[in-house]
Amino acid sequence: MPRNEPTEVTEGWGGGRSGRRKAVRYAVPVAVAGVAAATIGLVPAFAGSGSPDLPKISAQDLIAKIAKSDVQQLSGTVRVTTDLGLPSLPGGGAGAFGGAGHGDGPKGKDGATASPQNKLMELASGAHTLRVAADGPTKQRVSIVDEAAEYSIIHNGNQVWAYDSGTNTAVHSTAAEHGKGARWHHERKDAPKDLPKGLKNATPQDLAQQALKAAGDTTSVTVDGTARVAGRDAYQLLIKPKQSASTIGSIRIAVDAAKGVPLKFTLTPKSGGAAAIDVGYTAVDFAKPAAGSFTFTPPKGAKVVDADKERAKAARQHGKDFKDRKGLEDFKDRGGLNVIGKGWTSIATIKGSGSGLPTGKGHGAAGDAGTFLDGIGEKVTGSFGSGRVFSTRLVNALITDHGTVYVGAVDKQALIDAANAAK
Amino acid sequence: MSQAEAPESEAPGPDGPPRRLPRRWSLGLLRSEIGTTFLRWRTLALLAVLAGVPVLVGIAVKIETGRGGASGGSGGGGEGGPAFISQVTNNGLFLVFTSLAVTLPFFLPMAIGVIAGDSLAGEANAGTLRYLLVAPAGRTRLLLVKYATTLTFCLVATLVVAFSALATGALLFPLGKVTLLSGTSISLGEGLLRALAIACVVALSLTGLAAVGLFLSTLTTSGVAAMATTVGLLITVQILDTIPQLHAIQPYLFPHYWLSFADLLRDPVYWDQLQKDLGLQALYVAVFGSAAWARFTTRDITA
Repeated sequence: MPRNEPTEVTEGWGGGRSGRRKAVRYAVPVAVAGVAAATIGLVPAFAGSGSPDLPKISAQDLIAKIAKSDVQQLSGTVRVTTDLGLPSLPGGGAGAFGGAGHGDGPKGKDGATASPQNKLMELASGAHTLRVAADGPTKQRVSIVDEAAEYSIIHNGNQVWAYDSGTNTAVHSTAAEHGKGARWHHERKDAPKDLPKGLKNATPQDLAQQALKAAGDTTSVTVDGTARVAGRDAYQLLIKPKQSASTIGSIRIAVDAAKGVPLKFTLTPKSGGAAAIDVGYTAVDFAKPAAGSFTFTPPKGAKVVDADKERAKAARQHGKDFKDRKGLEDFKDRGGLNVIGKGWTSIATIKGSGSGLPTGKGHGAAGDAGTFLDGIGEKVTGSFGSGRVFSTRLVNALITDHGTVYVGAVDKQALIDAANAAK
Repeated sequence: MSQAEAPESEAPGPDGPPRRLPRRWSLGLLRSEIGTTFLRWRTLALLAVLAGVPVLVGIAVKIETGRGGASGGSGGGGEGGPAFISQVTNNGLFLVFTSLAVTLPFFLPMAIGVIAGDSLAGEANAGTLRYLLVAPAGRTRLLLVKYATTLTFCLVATLVVAFSALATGALLFPLGKVTLLSGTSISLGEGLLRALAIACVVALSLTGLAAVGLFLSTLTTSGVAAMATTVGLLITVQILDTIPQLHAIQPYLFPHYWLSFADLLRDPVYWDQLQKDLGLQALYVAVFGSAAWARFTTRDITA
């Protein structure tokens, strides 16, 4: 193109030449922008569609490969994207923080304390980046990379440290057990109960293990082609519930062809749309991480919290409260929590004896609350009576007017059937 | 105007070697441009404002912690403030990072917008542009010199903020080992090196906006209009970057990765966002730089 560029400007400005010359010059920025747009558009497409040629493998062999895999040392970056259809939780300031900057106003994220619970709650919505490193069963490190902040959990032997750079607080606790069981011990123990199971251990390996554990005769497991994940060749394991009532459409696990390590975990709800949980390595390295990654000394000036003491104190406090609350004790004694069904359509039932949620028919405050609940929950009736169904993309919950709760990753009808059967 | 145009047409001609211009001359033009830009009262005032921000932040933190008592870095002062502010009381070096985080969203780019917007439109406004073009430098070369001047200002403005913050921090707070975001400590010397690297990244982050400002400056003969448009565009883009519904386009907005300079404070450094930031700036420089070139070399210079 530069060859065609007219250079004889001396002929004057008036003619069409000048117009052509102008057009040619303006074509340069347009071309640059076009090439850039094409690159941005095509490169991810190429990167995503690359399916390497790998020898065929049966699903059984692939699962065996995962089980056999004994990768002790790795470091990498994990991208976690969750879209459970929940309203975005406060504290997940990643989006709003991006370009708005600090000068404009207070940001929402600093209010969080250094406790792992709060941090892990954040993972339940939006997109997050984790950096993980592991060296054997006793040394792990997970860092949640935030904008201009980082939250790290360092496990080394029986020492567990959590450091929050936003508040400059370090939390120290001692892990009781050793060995394999202590893996991500801290998180597992402290993870909030109401999170979906998969989120407690937010690496593709843990998620894959949980999914395979759930697999039985209720599940179809197939190998579905190959993919490239984090620059590595991988097989794709496709897990589909056979039970039609499940809200889970499919689970796809990309397994490293050479190492047998799950690299990517994608859970798609039956309703379609974007993946509800998408956890995958964007970069992975199987070399031994630097030993320094796993040592932590609280920095000067940081506030250090002894979690063991705090926990003991809280337990004492809690124990006292517990005795007072007869209802809760009953709840525990009677085993109010039941699981109906098996496999993918398990439904957790929590028996209640109260009057349940206020209904819309009532008057006053209860009536208003009922109207409000009607807005977010759908009213259903069955031979069990009536109740409301609250739905997210993955989990549905039925709360009957008697106060019994049925929760599961199943569709509405299955919950109603369960309630009818339980009556 | 054809008089002004004539020399230009010979300089960047594609066939045959372009007319050789003494190298010294071109550097001389750059030097004189930098001289005139930096000796303007307006430029000095902008730099003074930028230097004042870290002093204000430092004094505010000092007063706040003085009153707040022993709770220090982890207490009240740290909540709701800009990034790194909780660390400032422990280490004055963090005032550098805090100040850059405070000035990067608005103060720094606004100053860049003023300088970049004024670069060509200001000359046209003052009626001096055609005299600059009479010199046998060529329009392309003049454009490059103007852009180089703006880039110099980016670096100088960032360093002014950084050094002012460092001086204030050293005066008001203790200096010492630096705690990285990952919780590891590094020596003060290494901390200073990282601070310098961060200043360079911040200056590079502003190159995209500088190119946009230069392009806008070629569109008009009113310096004020170009400055106002650049700053207005900056604010608009910053707002667009915070609207969650627009997340699809946000990775392509030039301020989107600005705060990724904080990733240099991780251990190990997290390059992902930094690469994206610098790549995006390079893209903006390429697109708007070439657009400015297309406009400026074909435009009628009447003033």
